[in-house]
Amino acid sequence: MSTEEKKNEAGYGTTGHVWDGLEEWNNPLPRWWVWTFYATCLWGLIYTIAYPAWPLVDRATAGFLGYSTRAEVAEQIAEVDAQNADLRTALAEADLTMISDNADLQNYAVQGGAAVFRANCSQCHGSGAAGVQAAGYPNLLDDDWLWGGTIDEIAYTITHGIRNEQSPDSHWSEMPAYGRDEILGEDEIGQVVHYVLQISGQEHDAAKATPGAELFLNECSGCHMENGMGDPTQGAPNLTDAIWLYGGTEETLTETITNARFGVMPAWSEEWRAAGGLDQAEINAVAAYVHQLGGGQ
Amino acid sequence: MAILDKHAVLEKNVTLLAVCSFLVVTIGGIVEIAPLFYLENTIEKVEGVRPYSPLELEGRNIYIREGCYVCHSQMVRPMRDEVERYGHYSLAAESMYDHPFQWGSKRTGPDLARVGGRYSDDWHVAHLIDPQSVVPESVMPKYGYLKDKLLEPDYIGEEMATHRIVGVPYTDEMIEVAAADFRDQADPDSDYDALLERYPGAQVRNFDGEPGVSEMDALIAYMQMLGTLVDFSTFTPDASR
Repeated sequence: MSTEEKKNEAGYGTTGHVWDGLEEWNNPLPRWWVWTFYATCLWGLIYTIAYPAWPLVDRATAGFLGYSTRAEVAEQIAEVDAQNADLRTALAEADLTMISDNADLQNYAVQGGAAVFRANCSQCHGSGAAGVQAAGYPNLLDDDWLWGGTIDEIAYTITHGIRNEQSPDSHWSEMPAYGRDEILGEDEIGQVVHYVLQISGQEHDAAKATPGAELFLNECSGCHMENGMGDPTQGAPNLTDAIWLYGGTEETLTETITNARFGVMPAWSEEWRAAGGLDQAEINAVAAYVHQLGGGQ
Repeated sequence: MAILDKHAVLEKNVTLLAVCSFLVVTIGGIVEIAPLFYLENTIEKVEGVRPYSPLELEGRNIYIREGCYVCHSQMVRPMRDEVERYGHYSLAAESMYDHPFQWGSKRTGPDLARVGGRYSDDWHVAHLIDPQSVVPESVMPKYGYLKDKLLEPDYIGEEMATHRIVGVPYTDEMIEVAAADFRDQADPDSDYDALLERYPGAQVRNFDGEPGVSEMDALIAYMQMLGTLVDFSTFTPDASR
């Protein structure tokens, strides 16, 4: 809509728009801008041909570069796996008790295991593996083990977990709810509590602890053993030390005996959870990491 | 440039401009949106994905009500770091019955697409009541009140019928027995065989350990099934998708 009547020095007219007598020169856009614009159009076209883009009848074009997000991530994972292939294979097939003899393998296992632990285990056992005191999430730094503290036992516990529905081979034991299911009366529970306080070296009422000892022998020693030292094959904690999974006060012990406890740990093997489980090398790595934290047997 | 001068016709006729604008937007929509509904490589049939059970659906509602999506995404992206941390990347089919989806793009907390089965029910209860009691570094607020609010499945059937309108394949039977299924899933002593047949892979437990079906039960039932429906030991992703 340029007007012919009026032209500037470069020979361009006005746009023909007039606002209160003001007119606008119809100068063209700078050359560099116009060519950049055409170049980006061309780039856009090439890009959509190179990468998946144009919808056709039943599929979109795949692009001549053959790019696929899924293929790319699979490739990246395979690449990293290949870099560590020797160590991963060695770790997956290793006799766990021998890992610590091989410095390279041990280093790889502990470093890798620490990463696996932070991503998957720290939510319950804490980022420093100290557990959550008196809440049922065991401290993994000490030498008190519910289901055994050898590296093989640790690996088994990680693989199958505890009292879960995922693995048919998960550790399983169930403490009776002595109060809720009326196996023991309130007085009797109080007596057992005081006996447990006694054997764990805490302040207690001897008048209650004496009859409590007999009740303990009849009701509790099957799992916690006659001496109260516990049994790692049944996940029964040692009651004679100062380490408590759910607290060792009179109040928490009464709660434990009355309603029982049922701590659950998920099964971590990819066999039970293919979408997000751990493979054998990762299980062995995190077992090696936990084992060397201080309490491994 | 005579043809460009014709633009003046559009600029000077508002009705014609509106009609032509609409035409342009329609073409854009047809090219960009419509193919997603019919292209084979955007729709992937994946075995195992099923509609949410009534209790899970209610848990999902609570998840949305509490704004969990503000901090938690539900999409493991196809990148190595994400796959190593969270598990197999999410498939579109895994959220095909989500209305609305919960993919998200903001992670103040971790992604939850594969949180199912990672932690025990007890952990979820303790964590929802007081997140810092189990994860001291957490900045998550407390949701303990969910445990106190008991739910009655009065409207769950209607809700499922509404979801059916937008394409979730709930059957008449599912809607009819929705209230019973809702209660049974939180009661391990119930007769839940038929429930498991309707919703394969559903987990039946008393999630919060207390009598009655609380909001806590529903939310944990929902979280414990997230990302668990597809069996990735038998599923091979088609790399071209």
